Amino acid sequence: MAVKSTLTSMVVCLTATCLICSAILGGVYAVTAAPIEKVNADILKASIGQVLPEGCEISEAMELEVGGLPSEYYVATKDGETVGFAVKSTTVGFGGPLTLMVGLIPGGTVYNTSVLSHSETPGLGAKCTSDPKFTEQWKGFDVISKKLTVKKDGGDVDAITASTITSRAYALAIKNAVDALAAVPAPCSEVSAGDAAEEMIGGNDND
Amino acid sequence: MEILLIIVSAIFVNNIVLSQFLGICPFLGVSNKLSTATGMSAAVCFVITLATLVTYLLNKYCLVPLDLQFLQTIAFILVIAALVQMVEIVLKKVSPSLYQALGIFLPLITTNCAVLGVAINVVTKEFTFGQPSHMLGLGEAVLYAFATAVGYGVAMILFSGLREHLAMNDVPKAFKGVPIALVTVGILAMAFMGFSGIA
Amino acid sequence: MTMTKLQLITKGLIKDNPTFVLLLGMCPTLATTTSAINGLSMGLATLFVLVLSNMAISAIASLVPDKVHIPVYIVVIATFVTVLQFLMQAFTPSVYASLGLFIPLIVVNCIVLGRAEAFANKHGVIDSALDGLGVGLGFTLSLTVIGLVREILGSGSAFGFKFISGDGMLAFVMAPGAFLVLGYLMVLFNKYLAKK
Repeated sequence: MAVKSTLTSMVVCLTATCLICSAILGGVYAVTAAPIEKVNADILKASIGQVLPEGCEISEAMELEVGGLPSEYYVATKDGETVGFAVKSTTVGFGGPLTLMVGLIPGGTVYNTSVLSHSETPGLGAKCTSDPKFTEQWKGFDVISKKLTVKKDGGDVDAITASTITSRAYALAIKNAVDALAAVPAPCSEVSAGDAAEEMIGGNDND
Repeated sequence: MEILLIIVSAIFVNNIVLSQFLGICPFLGVSNKLSTATGMSAAVCFVITLATLVTYLLNKYCLVPLDLQFLQTIAFILVIAALVQMVEIVLKKVSPSLYQALGIFLPLITTNCAVLGVAINVVTKEFTFGQPSHMLGLGEAVLYAFATAVGYGVAMILFSGLREHLAMNDVPKAFKGVPIALVTVGILAMAFMGFSGIA
Repeated sequence: MTMTKLQLITKGLIKDNPTFVLLLGMCPTLATTTSAINGLSMGLATLFVLVLSNMAISAIASLVPDKVHIPVYIVVIATFVTVLQFLMQAFTPSVYASLGLFIPLIVVNCIVLGRAEAFANKHGVIDSALDGLGVGLGFTLSLTVIGLVREILGSGSAFGFKFISGDGMLAFVMAPGAFLVLGYLMVLFNKYLAKK
């Protein structure tokens, strides 16, 4: 049916196939690299926008350490005044890493949170993205007067039914974000943050 | 402690067949008899560990530095196919008795998605053995691959034991063969769900 | 063995259904059917690779020496899978995120290599494309049905629309449910085929 299987024909055929396929892939990669990057940037931007007040300007990513891991945060400004921070925070959930974007506004209040990626069980822990009883409680959550642990552990967080581990991880991610932001040395946040950042830090020190 | 965690989690909690659904085809195909199931498990164990070692090194020292990660899938599957061929040739020369035992299973392993699945998982996913989550180092990767393969063997051998008994039972005609096997795996998977919570 | 073009497409739906009759591609069948939408997307992704790889392989089959045809086919399939991966990352990132590992694993889905071996290397480009389309549609159909059943039982919704309030039987969304639903659907399928 096919070409005879001699050593030359086999080597030529395999080499040609690999070369052609790699070339095709290289081409497709070059074409799609830009859209993929844009999509990822859009997802990140959308999640930042979701956790901070509307209509503010978002700074470039800045580095900080959250829960002992390198992460990043963004400062939101409106009319030259700092109105909030978005901190990326990763903890370990039930099924694997749980990464959140946590929006904080000066004065020690959570504005909103959003899940960037998770591997929780569908129908159980995965409800941390959709169960309104769980997600709505973060809006305006006062991290100074309330404790960021689930009620079972003596805190103020309503856990998702049957998913305590996920809820704990979620609360810990927010707590880590708050602590990390409080630990940011003033010069670092001076870029565009200024007084508000200090106010925020001050707020936490009173805790 | 972390080593123990990797082993327990890979064998029981995240059992590759019963909770990750990898390598189902051979799992259903060659689990009729206990002896073939054992042979297949041994062959898979060998190939998964070796393939993960090679693909890990290939990825770290060749694909990543050259910025060729987009060739990952293609490179990995070729490595696995070549590796399986090589193992077959070496075994034939070095240990004919082992070749007799594993030989017939080796060609089947290239298309066992457990091998490619573990290889890809190890280099792309963050793992959470002990906190915090991180990419696996070489030692951890190989250990994880080995433990996963042991988990494969555990599931396979348990299941073939069940199936040998099933074969002797009188089941309704429409259930004969694969359907009753699937229902049995379902119940087995439920039992394995009891492990989640341990690690 | 002469078949009309239409038969090429329809035989994959029931008679040679890749999931229920030929028992191929079990891993994605079980893993990605947590909801009807996920099953549907996985089916369509496989369909895409099947049609393209069938066409490419039928076009190059006569140029490939016999002894190396399997590696060559695998490389061709892997190429299309990676192309699909990039396209999905760029244009449907959320679907890509929910199917995850099982997109690259289409490479080792026995359906794709099986069709290449059994059909594409002996037939023309157009027939091979139709064959890929038929088998792909059969696969998509079964995955969607399994996903739908698991979604209805497990979360009380269908295609994302919730019609039963509350949680449903969670076990059906998790691993054991996949095996059970596939097993029982296969029983129904066997009954139906036996009656015919």
